[in-house]
Amino acid sequence: MKIASSETLQEFMEDKLAVAGAVLLLAAVVLAACPAMVATQNPYDLAVLDLEDSYQPPSKDFLLGTDDQGRDVFSAVLYGLRISLVVGFVSTFFSSLIGLVAGLLAGYGGKWLDKIIMRFADIQLSLPVFLVALVIMAIWGQGLIKIIVAITICNWVYYARTVRGIVLSEKNMDYVQAAEAGGQHPLMIMFSEIAPNIMAPVIVIATVRIANAILLEATLSFLGVGVPITRPSLGSLISNGYEVLFSGYWWMSVFPGLVLMAVVLAINLMGDRLRDVLNPRLKR
Amino acid sequence: MNTVLEVRDLHTRFYTRKGVVHAVDGASFSVDEGQVLGIVGESGAGKSITGFSIIRLIDPPGRIVSGEIHLRDRDNDIVDVMALNRNELRNIRGHLAAMIFQDPQTSLNPVLSIRRQLYETLFYHHPGMTRNQLRQRSLEALKQVGMPAPAERLNAFPHQLSGGMKQRVVIAMALLNNPRLLIADEPTTALDATIQAQILLLMKRLCSDYGSSLILITHDIGVVAQICDHVAVMYGGRIVEYGAKKDVLFHPLHPYTRGLIQCLPKLDESSPRLTQIKGVMPSLLNLPKGCHFRTRCPQAGPDCAVYPKERTVKGRRVSCHRLG
Repeated sequence: MKIASSETLQEFMEDKLAVAGAVLLLAAVVLAACPAMVATQNPYDLAVLDLEDSYQPPSKDFLLGTDDQGRDVFSAVLYGLRISLVVGFVSTFFSSLIGLVAGLLAGYGGKWLDKIIMRFADIQLSLPVFLVALVIMAIWGQGLIKIIVAITICNWVYYARTVRGIVLSEKNMDYVQAAEAGGQHPLMIMFSEIAPNIMAPVIVIATVRIANAILLEATLSFLGVGVPITRPSLGSLISNGYEVLFSGYWWMSVFPGLVLMAVVLAINLMGDRLRDVLNPRLKR
Repeated sequence: MNTVLEVRDLHTRFYTRKGVVHAVDGASFSVDEGQVLGIVGESGAGKSITGFSIIRLIDPPGRIVSGEIHLRDRDNDIVDVMALNRNELRNIRGHLAAMIFQDPQTSLNPVLSIRRQLYETLFYHHPGMTRNQLRQRSLEALKQVGMPAPAERLNAFPHQLSGGMKQRVVIAMALLNNPRLLIADEPTTALDATIQAQILLLMKRLCSDYGSSLILITHDIGVVAQICDHVAVMYGGRIVEYGAKKDVLFHPLHPYTRGLIQCLPKLDESSPRLTQIKGVMPSLLNLPKGCHFRTRCPQAGPDCAVYPKERTVKGRRVSCHRLG
């Protein structure tokens, strides 16, 4: 596939903002992958927490202050970032995969398959994404896997619709007809001829939707239906601090919020540039 | 000589909202082993649909309404194409009968390497082939179509090749499985005039080397003159004149065939203008009653309101009232 060519990379590098976003995201991923490297404590280990340290403002000992249980906010943010990124990436991976398959089947598979899949997608799109996720989580209960599944269910439609649209125009191309004339099986045409041609837009949507997935997780966690409070994500950290935000303990929700914003911004900056670089319609 | 393809009374129709389009309206022709049949006509005459119908590559709203298509397989058994189910049809396509498309820019998959496209075509019909065999056969095919440095070209992507080179790859791909019949739909239309002749001669040579028959669909009667053995002239979905090339091109009987030939620029005459057939071909949706050509025919008369019966005159089949 011609996606990771050096030309594409070069073109991507021309946009300094996108590069900054990529660097920021990379840093976030590294920190989230091994937070123990820089964290001063394991915020989930209740044994190391000291209630004497609760509600400490940012200082030399506690870089970003402490929360109501004496937990170091800096360490909690690093561990929370991990949950947020895992939810974002894993749910995006699965929703793009499901969306790709559904879109290919709808676009190439023919009339009634198309109707069933797209009607289903339309119904889901007519409901606000957030409401769908909220209902699923409210019925199902908290949990990391559950929130990943819920966000996957919410997001696959975006991929499916876009993929279907591209497939509809792509399937009239000569190379598809040539493959048909060559006697290839429809499944083979879908996945080995058409799919490589639509990977670029799928990657672009994925980068944009990752940010949405992270935000959706944070929102759900903020409302208390996301990940359990014992394994806080950025969203639950913000929620935790929000209760006392106006009592002067601003650092508890402001810092997780800033990190969340930075990550989402970094991904969006990257996604925008990727869209420009990978869009074949803007080139040649 | 064995007949490789026999098509009898083929009717392909498109059921559109505006009405039923008789894209192919009772075409009958046959191709012998190693022979080249040219199907000529204007745009919209039903040439390409005829080609696609042979391997039943007609998507809805189109449908082959009736007709017989018999193809000879490698064991010299006759295959009734109309009776095949979907799986059997896929085994025929690209294997017994392969197609070459008009525009090499679009008929190769833009994001897959030449290697992968060749291997896929080959592997699909020969699942037992090893990687080494695939490579050998692909290289051999690229060499046969005159590709310089074939081993390097295997790794190339379509956009790295010129139009002529791409069409060579397409031809190599079509011939990979050694088909009995090759259907080429305007294979040189998208190419430079200088490359056209090369590609045509290449196809002719390869077909005789492989013992494959060729159906050449074209609007260019000059192309037909170069490499065909037989010619079928189509107009308005019907074959109006069909016979050996030397008969049809040098002694055309149908006024339309005559018109097509007169349209060719001639070097030996200093005629200031090119001759043309007046008007455009009527839409297949509302063809005139009777002879389809009568609205443009210089010899049309009142009797042309009835479609002329096909007659066999001077070794060819022709449909016209004005045969004297």
